[in-house]
Amino acid sequence: MASLNTLPKFSARRPGRPAPELIFGDLWTYDPAPETADPKLKARYELFINGRFIAPKSGKYFNSINPANEQKLAEIALAGPAEVEAAYRAAQRAFDTTWGRMPGAERAKYLFRIARLLQDRAREFAVAETMDGGKPIKESRDFDVPMAAAHFFYHAGWADKLDYVAPGRRVAPLGVMGQVIPWNFPLLMCAWKLAPALAMGNCVVLKPAETTSITALKLAEIIQDADLPPGVVNIVTGAGETGAAVMGHRIPAKVAFTGSTEVGKIIMRSLAGTDKKMTMELGGKAANIIFDDAPLDQAVEGIINGIFFNQGHVCCAGSRLLVHEPVAGRVVAKLKQRMKVLRVGDPLDKNTDIGAINSKEQLTRITALVKSGVKEGAGLFQPACTLPAKGWYFPPTIFTGVSMSHRIAREEIFGPVLSILTFRTPEEAVEKANNTAYGLSAGVWTDKGSRILKMSTELKAGVVWANTYNKFDPTSPFGGYKESGFGREGGRQGLLDYCRLV
Amino acid sequence: MNAGQSASFRRLFDEVGPVDAVGIEERVAKYTTRSIKKSAKLWGLRTAVTMVDLTTLEGKDTPGKVASLCQKAVHPSDDPTVPPVAAVCVYPAMVRHARRALGPGAKVRIASVATAFPSGQTALVTRLAEVRRAVADGADEIDMVINRGAFLAGEFAKVQDEIAAVVAACGEATLKVILEVSELETYDKIRAASFLAMSVIRPGDFIKTSTGKTTLNATLGNNQVMLEAIRDFYLATGTAIAMKPAGGIRSAKQALQFLIAVKETLGDAWLNNKRYRFGASSLLNDLLRQIEKERTGAYQAPYYFSEAAESY
Repeated sequence: MASLNTLPKFSARRPGRPAPELIFGDLWTYDPAPETADPKLKARYELFINGRFIAPKSGKYFNSINPANEQKLAEIALAGPAEVEAAYRAAQRAFDTTWGRMPGAERAKYLFRIARLLQDRAREFAVAETMDGGKPIKESRDFDVPMAAAHFFYHAGWADKLDYVAPGRRVAPLGVMGQVIPWNFPLLMCAWKLAPALAMGNCVVLKPAETTSITALKLAEIIQDADLPPGVVNIVTGAGETGAAVMGHRIPAKVAFTGSTEVGKIIMRSLAGTDKKMTMELGGKAANIIFDDAPLDQAVEGIINGIFFNQGHVCCAGSRLLVHEPVAGRVVAKLKQRMKVLRVGDPLDKNTDIGAINSKEQLTRITALVKSGVKEGAGLFQPACTLPAKGWYFPPTIFTGVSMSHRIAREEIFGPVLSILTFRTPEEAVEKANNTAYGLSAGVWTDKGSRILKMSTELKAGVVWANTYNKFDPTSPFGGYKESGFGREGGRQGLLDYCRLV
Repeated sequence: MNAGQSASFRRLFDEVGPVDAVGIEERVAKYTTRSIKKSAKLWGLRTAVTMVDLTTLEGKDTPGKVASLCQKAVHPSDDPTVPPVAAVCVYPAMVRHARRALGPGAKVRIASVATAFPSGQTALVTRLAEVRRAVADGADEIDMVINRGAFLAGEFAKVQDEIAAVVAACGEATLKVILEVSELETYDKIRAASFLAMSVIRPGDFIKTSTGKTTLNATLGNNQVMLEAIRDFYLATGTAIAMKPAGGIRSAKQALQFLIAVKETLGDAWLNNKRYRFGASSLLNDLLRQIEKERTGAYQAPYYFSEAAESY
């Protein structure tokens, strides 16, 4: 009978034997499981202005490419200054004549209708989103589309309760909004921008990112089907110039931008001195902090979810892993083990965990930053995986031995690349986490509740997740500190950014 | 338990670490979104058949019932390409009847739930005598229950020493240690109990979720906690422990999800019936039904598949 003295310490391995390894081989390979729902794409997408789809006067179109196979999906109209002008005039007219005067309870009906129509066509939208942006179908199906619908539902619920947004005060809409959104969550960002603006009684001119315009224009179809008064929502497509025209126009009372800090600064500079309101949701370089008492396997899941969700194209991605020195070796070993079973490949396959990089430019940028990490002496690890021959892909990547002065620890990579740093004390963890120009999000992993509360007050980040990562909800405000921007989206706080107090 | 003993267990539990319930459930929810089609599905279904411990554990079990269970275990289906299951699982009193039905040296093994199954609430000598008798009657495998009363009272040394005593009583027979997860309740405890057991059993012995006699049995969540414990123990010691979820796994779809968990947590070396089993009775016919559906493209009526057991 084993007595306690002979109780084997579980970490004691018999000497002289090779280190045990797990085999993640091809004994049981999954057959391809492509999602086959029809995305109902048109060959050509026009601009959505004043409730109608219209061709640009210039007659110019650009291609939307499927990053998974580099094939053309559709042609997208290029909006020039004339179209942006028309869109803003339509929006102003709608604000003055219909939407701005409508009782909130009436506006709610339209928003509920949009939410339900989006749910009805969820699978179709998920496939379109995946083909246009490269994200795995399981994410667009289980996250992007349902969450977009949830934002419309949530804000529909607010539309007739706006008297309770700012207790003791009344609120009034601002007027016309100019909005520019990024390519990482094309449909969801539409919902984040449109739903609160519309609930509050504002009208909108929105420009999606040039590589991912399709689901925004499909949403325009739903807006048409929902019978929204013409001009309430206008969608103009194009690249940087169109974006500049939308942001710099004289009509909007407020501009809202989600994108890179670099472009955000340009917009802020160009609008300095005007009376326009602004909200900016910009870059991030979030710290995901693992303490030695954390549930390590779940922390590893959180690390994976934090950096490889949507190929790391997430502004709040947990791209800097700060791990307590006593468990650093174990965490990295577990992380590598876990990365071996990630499935990289065709985004339309239901079993794909990591899809395609959104654009060739982004792939070039990720590659360059990873090279700089290798050059600066950080330890690179990528699991063995075969990437499709055609299309833009990057394997999941981690760097060990990273210090705060490495480029990969400072610059936003916006790809599936994790930099791993260590810390000794909670104070050092906070110091390192805050030692960045950004401050969008952070993660804390510990079994100790009081430490979670202490860390969350000390971390300069708009969102702090405890023992989880990348959790979103329409009721929860999202936004940054420092160069990650200002203003909040979601919740009561998000609505406050779309109104004036009277 | 004296202070030294309790400190040594505290060290063990510190070392194995806590489990976050929300995190585990999120992890396993991802297994359920895996899409297993065509040849991958067929491989999974056939492998699952070979992993079934076909079980009958009822007061009304008779030699006749056990004989029919054994026949089903050897020939699960009219389709001759369907392999036999791993084992039959019966009460100790039925072991000799099962041995008679299967014959000596049969490919299908005989497992018996000894140690005052399912509660374990008798004297240790009685439990050990039961184990020895079951082995003598021809059991190849013993499914024991841990002493949950002692575990919940914090008498970890007692729990572990009893497991070690059963290991000794088993002789050549393989041991499966039932943690009865629903009575331990938390994932932390399930992980700790897994290590407690693994430190005293032999390579190739099993840890098992449940008796099937309580309200909550095998779930993807507690399966995952135990698989991760097995993985960590293996990587630390080189000792490969096997796993058996039991109770509540009724459909082929569920079985495939459990196998996906095995594939993505422990890898290929655990995708066989020496390292992974399903304790189930109604699962087998659903597996057969799905295999037949893959072969013919159509579902057959339930009465096309012979019944042999209806417990769990």
